[in-house]
Amino acid sequence: MVESKEYAAPNLVTPNKPVIFDANVCTGCNRCIEVCMSDVFMPNPEKGKPPIILYPDECFYGGCCVKDCPLHDKGAVRLNWPLMQRVRWKRKETGEHFRVGMLNPPPPNTRPPA
Amino acid sequence: MRGKNVGIGMPLKWQYPIRYGEETEVSADVLVLGGGLAGCFAAISAARKGLKVVLVDKSCTIHSGAAGTGIDHWMGCPANPASKITPEQYTLSPIETFRGGYGNVIATYIMARDSYDVLLELEKMGMKVRDTEDEFKGAEFRDEKTKLLFAYDYENRHCIRVWGTGMKPTLYRECKRLGVNLYERTMVTSLLTEGGKQGARVVGATAVNTRTGEFYVFKAKASVLCMCTPERLWIFSTEWTGLVGRDGPPTNAGDGHAMAWRAGAEFTMMERSTHEEWGGSTGIGSIMFSSGSSFATWFPCSIVDAHGKEIPWVDTEGKPISTISQRTHPAPGQDFFSLVLGGGEGGTSSVPCLIPDLAERVKRGEFALPLYADLPGMPEHERRAIFGLMVGQEGHTWAVYRNLTQAGFDPDKDLLQVYELSPAPPGWRRLRYGGLVHDWDLKTNLDGLYAAGQQIFDGCGASHACSTGRWAGNKAAEYAMRADKPVVSREQVHSEKARVYVPIERSDGIDWKELESGIAKVMQDYCGDTKTEELMNIGLKSLGEIEEAEAPTVCARNPHELMRVLEVLDILTCGEIIIHASLARKASNRWLSFERLDYPEDDPPQWRKWVTLKLENNEAKVGELPLNYCGSLKENYEAHKK
Repeated sequence: MVESKEYAAPNLVTPNKPVIFDANVCTGCNRCIEVCMSDVFMPNPEKGKPPIILYPDECFYGGCCVKDCPLHDKGAVRLNWPLMQRVRWKRKETGEHFRVGMLNPPPPNTRPPA
Repeated sequence: MRGKNVGIGMPLKWQYPIRYGEETEVSADVLVLGGGLAGCFAAISAARKGLKVVLVDKSCTIHSGAAGTGIDHWMGCPANPASKITPEQYTLSPIETFRGGYGNVIATYIMARDSYDVLLELEKMGMKVRDTEDEFKGAEFRDEKTKLLFAYDYENRHCIRVWGTGMKPTLYRECKRLGVNLYERTMVTSLLTEGGKQGARVVGATAVNTRTGEFYVFKAKASVLCMCTPERLWIFSTEWTGLVGRDGPPTNAGDGHAMAWRAGAEFTMMERSTHEEWGGSTGIGSIMFSSGSSFATWFPCSIVDAHGKEIPWVDTEGKPISTISQRTHPAPGQDFFSLVLGGGEGGTSSVPCLIPDLAERVKRGEFALPLYADLPGMPEHERRAIFGLMVGQEGHTWAVYRNLTQAGFDPDKDLLQVYELSPAPPGWRRLRYGGLVHDWDLKTNLDGLYAAGQQIFDGCGASHACSTGRWAGNKAAEYAMRADKPVVSREQVHSEKARVYVPIERSDGIDWKELESGIAKVMQDYCGDTKTEELMNIGLKSLGEIEEAEAPTVCARNPHELMRVLEVLDILTCGEIIIHASLARKASNRWLSFERLDYPEDDPPQWRKWVTLKLENNEAKVGELPLNYCGSLKENYEAHKK
């Protein structure tokens, strides 16, 4: 018998995962909590762990949690645009279509902003 | 196992200490309410005079406010050395041409005169404002002498491209350096007045901490109200993204407007709202500038159809233009591009834009969907300025640049889809900067209360916020230096405390989201795109019913929810101000995007005035002001600058 995984829980809010933490990289410094204008996070009761995303439905996708994270370049936290926001583009020369979040994406463009 | 995903289903112990009802009293010479651009500059200028300054911010000052995630354009800067127009031209010409005279001349002129100096201050504080690395050397929009980069009007050069993601962190550090006392995550709930009387001198404010629930009483000789325009009136759902269907952050609930109203402050322009124009973007409540566009941050990007056919542009007079260069240069004999902020409906654009009948021409088969932003087709400097500087600095777009490039988007090769052809549903409107009436000191009708940024009527834009914030901070400081000691009414504090905490004492009522959605529906149905006396009377009655029936049942389970509840109660108040204002103007007015079906004549002479509104003995009282109540620009500016 497989152990039951069913929970009686309300529906999730949508979108419900505005940011994704990598628990292997995040040190739980909680800097992101202090710079979030909407205050969507809550400190993790377990010290050293990534914050809890308590109010995902209040995220404004401003990205300050990522920008001000001392480990953002190592992937500690990334902004996860909801599916309805994952824009499309087309390569002018070849006509190939792409979108944010696609499987087998093209290689990243590594040029930094001006 | 999503059932274990704490925060989405499983209750978690509140991680901050709970201090409901505990009261801390704080005294200040100058109290700044709201920590956005205007608030920070007000605090900085008052602190420079050596006064004790307290700044209260509902959010985190390093990134709070409408510009908290960055800005790309420093508009309204005709005083820079490369500009070809004067502050007087900049102030008067656009307000006449594009606003029919319905603009805030005092604040616009203060911005036009001071914003370059303010920008230099920001640079001195550490923000990057010019192309010091010479990445854009030789670009048509660069002034080689100053290395400033201009936007929109390359001929007249009054709008500067800046590295604005650094603006709030810079101001935050400067506030700290100058010893401004910051109270963050602290929501101001009311203004305190002498004797607790409506219309009397403002002597402080009350506030509640949004994490602990602790109560604050701030006493101050002078206060500067610097909160944002209410953004959550007509459109609300958290199932889109982030509380608002628009670009303002969710903190912009209109708290400042509501508390000023209750204190008896005078408002104008509150009847002005525009139909939400970006309904067709990538999902309602789209992430700003994450998709292809031709305006604002993306100006002057070419747009092509599905087969690569370019969408034509028109100039400010609606005449077709054919080259990219014409988008950034007024035609011979044409006035400068004035960049009037605040939107319009069916009016002439103050900068060149795509053909206005694009949607119809798509339907006729002239252009095939989808449309794309043709960055690869733009000259190299333009492409890099749009995607790399503007996208990268404007609000949200640090993350937009990062997410798109990490996903492989390459502006040298790729066409980014445009999503914004269709308008928003009927009744989905946006308040366009109604706010407090003020004089040349940016003082309101209440003694001791100054205001800046979007808190004043017709306030919009970063350079406006910073310039008026600096001005108001100086004036409030001068007042504080000669003002009597503030005396707070304990009775007023007690009754506010009771109002603030009652939602946490309830357990079985409506939640803040349902209350907010209900208010939005009333605004859509009864104060929507077209207005009549009958509709708006029902609207006012409906809001009154909500105030009496549902609002007194609204519950909060922790300090964060309490903040949201208090915001929605403020939104309810703002809705009432808007309907009162809309009832008071008994004439249609295209300049105010204000359509009355029962008074169809557009802008008749007897209504060419500001309609003002304030509470007197808790009754809304209508007044009026001449449109040009500012008097002589130069004389007043010089007289009040000192």
